[in-house]
Amino acid sequence: MTASGTTILNELTLAEARDGLKAKAFSAADLTRAHLAAMEKARGLNAYLVETPDQALTMAQAADAKIAAGEARPLEGIPLGIKDLFCTEGVATTAGSKILEGFTPAYESAVTANLWRDGAVLLGKLNLDEFAMGSSNETSAYGDVVSPWRRAGSDTRLVPGGSSGGSAAAVAAHLCLGATATDTGGSIRQPAAFTGTVGIKPTYGRVSRWGTVAYASSLDQAGPIARTVRDCAILLGSMAGADARDTTCADLPVPDFEAAVARGVKGLTIGIPKEYRVEGMSAEIQALWDQGAAMLKDAGATIREISLPHTSYALPAYYIVAPAEASSNLARYDGVRYGLRVPGKDIAGMYENTRAAGFGREVKRRIMIGTYVLSAGYYDAYYVRAQKIRTLIKRDFEEAYAAGIDAILTPATPAAAFGVGEKGSGDPVEMYLQDVFTITVNMAGLPGISVPAGLDAQGLPLGLQLIGRPFDEETLFAAAQVIEDAAGRTRLPPAWWA
Amino acid sequence: MTAAVNPKKLIKGGLHDWEVVIGMEIHAQVTSRSKLFSGASTEFGGEPNDHVSLVDAAMPGMLPVINEECVAQAVRTGLGLKAQINHRSVFDRKNYFYPDLPQGYQISQFKDPIVGEGEVLVDLAEGETITVGIERLHLEQDAGKSLHDQNPTQSFVDLNRSGVALMEIVSRPDLRSSEEARAYVTKLRTILRYLGTCDGDMEKGSLRADVNVSVRKPGAPLGTRCEIKNVNSIRFIGQAIETEARRQIAIIEDGGTISQETRLFDPGKGETRSMRSKEEAHDYRYFPDPDLLPLEFDQAYVDALAAGLPELPDAKKARFIETYGLSSYDAGVLIAERASADYFEAVATGRDGKAAANWVINELFGRLNKEGHSIETSPVSATQLGAIVDLIGEGVISGKIAKDLFEIVWSEGGDPREVVESRGMKQVTDTGAIEAAVDAIIAKNPDKVSQAREKPTLLGWFVGQTMKATGGKANPAAVNALLKAKLGIE
Repeated sequence: MTASGTTILNELTLAEARDGLKAKAFSAADLTRAHLAAMEKARGLNAYLVETPDQALTMAQAADAKIAAGEARPLEGIPLGIKDLFCTEGVATTAGSKILEGFTPAYESAVTANLWRDGAVLLGKLNLDEFAMGSSNETSAYGDVVSPWRRAGSDTRLVPGGSSGGSAAAVAAHLCLGATATDTGGSIRQPAAFTGTVGIKPTYGRVSRWGTVAYASSLDQAGPIARTVRDCAILLGSMAGADARDTTCADLPVPDFEAAVARGVKGLTIGIPKEYRVEGMSAEIQALWDQGAAMLKDAGATIREISLPHTSYALPAYYIVAPAEASSNLARYDGVRYGLRVPGKDIAGMYENTRAAGFGREVKRRIMIGTYVLSAGYYDAYYVRAQKIRTLIKRDFEEAYAAGIDAILTPATPAAAFGVGEKGSGDPVEMYLQDVFTITVNMAGLPGISVPAGLDAQGLPLGLQLIGRPFDEETLFAAAQVIEDAAGRTRLPPAWWA
Repeated sequence: MTAAVNPKKLIKGGLHDWEVVIGMEIHAQVTSRSKLFSGASTEFGGEPNDHVSLVDAAMPGMLPVINEECVAQAVRTGLGLKAQINHRSVFDRKNYFYPDLPQGYQISQFKDPIVGEGEVLVDLAEGETITVGIERLHLEQDAGKSLHDQNPTQSFVDLNRSGVALMEIVSRPDLRSSEEARAYVTKLRTILRYLGTCDGDMEKGSLRADVNVSVRKPGAPLGTRCEIKNVNSIRFIGQAIETEARRQIAIIEDGGTISQETRLFDPGKGETRSMRSKEEAHDYRYFPDPDLLPLEFDQAYVDALAAGLPELPDAKKARFIETYGLSSYDAGVLIAERASADYFEAVATGRDGKAAANWVINELFGRLNKEGHSIETSPVSATQLGAIVDLIGEGVISGKIAKDLFEIVWSEGGDPREVVESRGMKQVTDTGAIEAAVDAIIAKNPDKVSQAREKPTLLGWFVGQTMKATGGKANPAAVNALLKAKLGIE
């Protein structure tokens, strides 16, 4: 790091910024101002739905006071973007939906409260697919997010992935040092892979869901997206923790994730699941996967092929379980107490008008699928069978881990980012296939990390995924760091949007 | 239960007799300080929406957390119903839209309830006792309340009750008359009150019944049932059953068929009317609530709760009969309310149980009813009544004086023993004093004396005169003995 005069503060990693603040190389207010300026120039990316400059500066100044008093907390003065699925007290929260237009929570989500407790600064709320349903950030009621990445020699607008598209784009474009995100079927890992950033979905139960708008409760889990493995480890350390208000949240201490980053992989056994070598996988992805395995092997890990036989059932089972839960979770958006209300001739009319106007196409589709699979006469054939498949998928992983596998390496996505409007407009399944490598991890409740491992032929980032044992995020950080070190951090192309 | 048909319970139709078959779902509000899944107060009353947490209002991102006291209360109730306690149960979502249901679903238990099969013994008139099977008991959330009378064009919603814990207690269709149904609810309420798991206050809606009614020819298979929703008094339960059974009989005897539906009882009009048909019934799309882990506990937890249970009505009744020599009827009356039983026992301990029961049931209860008092607000305490019983037993006062004494204590209070002392109500056992009075009466009424020798029943007249002369304080036994001796009557 050079002197603050020549350092572009918002391009630091979170760890570098933390150390710089501690060394008083620059102030938290300067760091925040650098981000606010970058955000202003990058509005064309549509990553932020709400910017909170006043609040950000107030929080930054408070952080400077703490630093001056020698009372700096773990994230003191670190400016972050918050996915607009996390309720923030006094700051509008929309979940990317018209139905929550005008809703300002009177409470702070557990995750964001933990971040503010540790001294972080709120820059604003980040765009996302509506109710986190999507893989391209095109289902947001507030417009598409555009990726800061472009194919070499092309100005085609690319998607940042989804549903945490705003988070991934903002982190990649240096509009925050890190961002919160959520992952129900791949919504952290896929956008991280598309934008050359690192994203971890922790074990189900590692992070409290309290105050985060629910999509599919048994699958939803919050995690960070950041520019390095270390930054992710630092952020997860603050986001995670037991919470009596979420009974599915594990009562476990939070390990020192940052310390785990330097552990290396010597002596670990990494599984390569043959079922992930899906039909039609590109040579490019296969090569990336092989390179990843080689990187881990070079660092001292043993590579072993494994079998996860029920993998192919995960995606269809997910599209029963997740919509079923969503159809019930989204029933509360009825126009009675908060958010949008469109009058009707009677109460049923009001419900119909409100929900017709308030929900977008993809959300409606999933509510209808979910309602259908839970209906009398269909429940056993769909929901019950999907839950059985879920148990089998979980067992696949348990058997692999019992056989001595420490972590599993897979591609994060079937390909690099695609163009806005290119996929899913006709057949939604085309979009659902984006999550083919990530969805098993949610179904099994396991931790998974996506780490950049190289670029495709058109210069777009590609990611690899590591899947771990329950509550063993530490091994994932260690292994992901090995890949990050070997592959080198992806460097964003020049800021064409600014 | 498949008891033989009791002809007395059949309903007379135009063509033949009909048997009515009744099963009930009782919704009993759990006695707890806070709601089933939130910390909001369960206090009755208050301004609308005073007792509403973020969870109760179903704000985005809010999650339910089970209230352990409600779980304990459900287990206690299960034990009181001699029911199977399920060490693992599951909360499900029952999905439907209604403005007073903020989540868009009610958290309930569908497939795996916390309590399984049990039974309730119900005493009927004429010494008959029936056993009513309990199918299950599960925990669920109450809904809020829609207020339609606050504004000419809008309805308001009060969420104070939203999320309050209810126990739904489902009986088997073991009831065969409105009398049995009323007795069952009464007994169930007694058990709940003993356990302290539900206050049973039907006026406040703490106990409500959904009544399933069908009719059949005696011995025939079950008829099609109709469910009468939300009946909120024991009297109305009886009326609703009678009304509904007669409606169904009339339809069938006219050649029609009963269609399965949900009905409402209108006590004003004395009729039930259709609320929704089977076709209009909701598809509730039950599925396990992913926000809540299955509810699990071990036998030690159940044992600890069992150890803390009070003596229950059936056991208490048996003990009263055994220990105090009471009739089954008297024991039944005394145990109907735990407070009455406690009161009786305080009076009876160390005294003649039958005498204590007579005083509590005949004098005290009669007087309490007349004045609209409950046992808890009785002006005469158990200690006071016990002293009165003692005074009779010791021969200090007669039974007649005791009633006067009871009146004084009722209206003025005080230690009965002191009252007797200070007001000179002591029975006169001094034969000298009684003899003087007897002699005076005999001397004044020579004609009556000779008549009495012919007709010994005239002794009663002499007893009356003597009591009058002694201000009622003469010991009746002593008076009798003296008179017989003096008049020469055997």
